[in-house]
Parts: sequence; structure tokens; C-alpha cells
Amino acid sequence: MPGYFEPLPGGEGGASITLDDGEISVLRSLTVQLLELIGPDQSESENADPLNALFVEGPSEPPTDPALARLFPDAYGDPESPPDQAARTRSAEFRRFTESELRTQKRDRLLAVVHALDEARSARAESGGEAVLTLDRAASDSWLGGLNDLRLVIGARLGIEDESTTEKLFDLPDEDPRKPMVIAFLWLGSLQETLVETLLP
Amino acid sequence: MPVEIERTEEQSASERAPAPDVPWVTVVHNDPVNLMSYVTYVFQTYFGYSKDKAKKLMLDVHHKGRAVVSQGSREEMERDVQAMHGYGLWATLQRDR
Repeated sequence: MPGYFEPLPGGEGGASITLDDGEISVLRSLTVQLLELIGPDQSESENADPLNALFVEGPSEPPTDPALARLFPDAYGDPESPPDQAARTRSAEFRRFTESELRTQKRDRLLAVVHALDEARSARAESGGEAVLTLDRAASDSWLGGLNDLRLVIGARLGIEDESTTEKLFDLPDEDPRKPMVIAFLWLGSLQETLVETLLP
Repeated sequence: MPVEIERTEEQSASERAPAPDVPWVTVVHNDPVNLMSYVTYVFQTYFGYSKDKAKKLMLDVHHKGRAVVSQGSREEMERDVQAMHGYGLWATLQRDR
């Protein structure tokens, strides 16, 4: 089916999808926006020495943007009650030592998505046919994580907090300003769902 | 970086063995965005759990709001929580009660 991921023949893993120009543009634009939200690699901009990256400490406070806070949650404390001082201190310490690495991981996956989209688009321009995107097993994993991060951030922007808000969003009238984002959210969900199906053993 | 050197293949296999006397657990919390199939896939891929066990844990997260997905030392659980955050799952670690 066009517009959804299918497993590559041969059973060696990997997936392919046919995308039109509009779909590529939407996906690329959302991915670039998330890259901007996550921000540049601090270790790279300050010093080109890769060893230096090992010594760059991350922040100790959670991001104030709720979408970013969902990507980088606290590691300690019960989410259903306000964190006590011990949990706060431990979360801060954990964040200092892990958040830079997590940001790099997420950034790399999103960059892989952008590069694959650009390649598919330029291959299409040469052949004049449809843009067929082919992912090997490793690229499928990058895409899976990248699509999930996109959905988490859009979900946070749409204020999705439980299953009932999700249902209300799906029933929005066409003129609602959130409608395009809801459509993108659902589409990304179907992309991720069909991609994960190609990966399940 | 000694942390990396210590992580040999053999050790990471033994880390997954149950360690009832080590009082920390990784808890994954429910959220309305993550797909059930994706959460199951993460539990299978990262922890190496069987499809049945991964699916049961996913359903626990979905219906009960949370599930303990691994146990071990505090350092091991921090590693698991970091991995879960990498996958986009909402996870915390705590002392086993």
C-alpha cells in the first residue's frame, strides 16, 4: 500500500515506503523543527576535539518546554506525587550526566530521517518516477525512534494527556486550527505502526 | 572511561539475571502517545524478553499505569532508564518496595 511501510523482500529486515512530494515536505519540515527544538550539539560547537564531548556536562533542571520535558523526563520520583528533595537531587545528577548524550542520540536519528528523505527526493528527480524510500535494518531503527519522538512532541503540543483527550482531538471540526497537526499526528502514527510491524520478529 | 571497559558481553548477559537482593527497579509509566506495538518492540529488543513477556509488561503499563520492567543495582537501573528515555518511553527508577 502506498504511503505505508512494507518489509523488504528477502526477510533480512529493512523496509520501504513510497512517498509523494507533499508527504516528504511535511515529514521533512516536522523533523527539522524538532531538530531545532532539541538544539545544536554543544560539544561540537565549543570544541572540535571529540574527547571533549565526554566531559561536557548536561543541564541539571528539566526543560521548561513541556514537549522537551517529555523527551527528557526526570529519572527519579513518583510521577503521581510531587518529587521530594532526594528525588530532585538524584534526577538533577542523572540529567547532568545523560541529557547531552540523549540529545545527541535523538539528533542523530532525526538527521538520518532528513538525509533519507533528501536522497529519496533527489533519486526521484533523476528518474522522474515516485519517491521510493528504502531503509536497511539500522535505518529502520533510527526512523522508528525518530517517528516516536515526533509523535511525543506533537502529542505534547496538542495537549494529549490521556486516551479521552486523544478521542476528542480526532473529532475536531475541519476549521479547527489544530486539525492539520492532528492529521499529521495520526499519519505519523500509521507510519510508525507499519514500520514497527516490519521489525517485529 | 572505566564504565565502558567494564561492560563486556558476558557481564551484560549476567546483568539481566534476576537479582532479588539488589533493591532497585526500573518502572515504565503509561502515556497516551506511545504505540502498544512499539512499547512491546522496545521490551523485546532492549531487554531481550520473549514476545509474550514483552506484551504482558506492555499491557500492565497500559492497564495499571505502570510496570516494573527490570531490577538490579542502581547503576544498572540508571542505564536502563537512560535507554528507555532514548526510546521515548517514560521511565523512572526507584528502590524496590
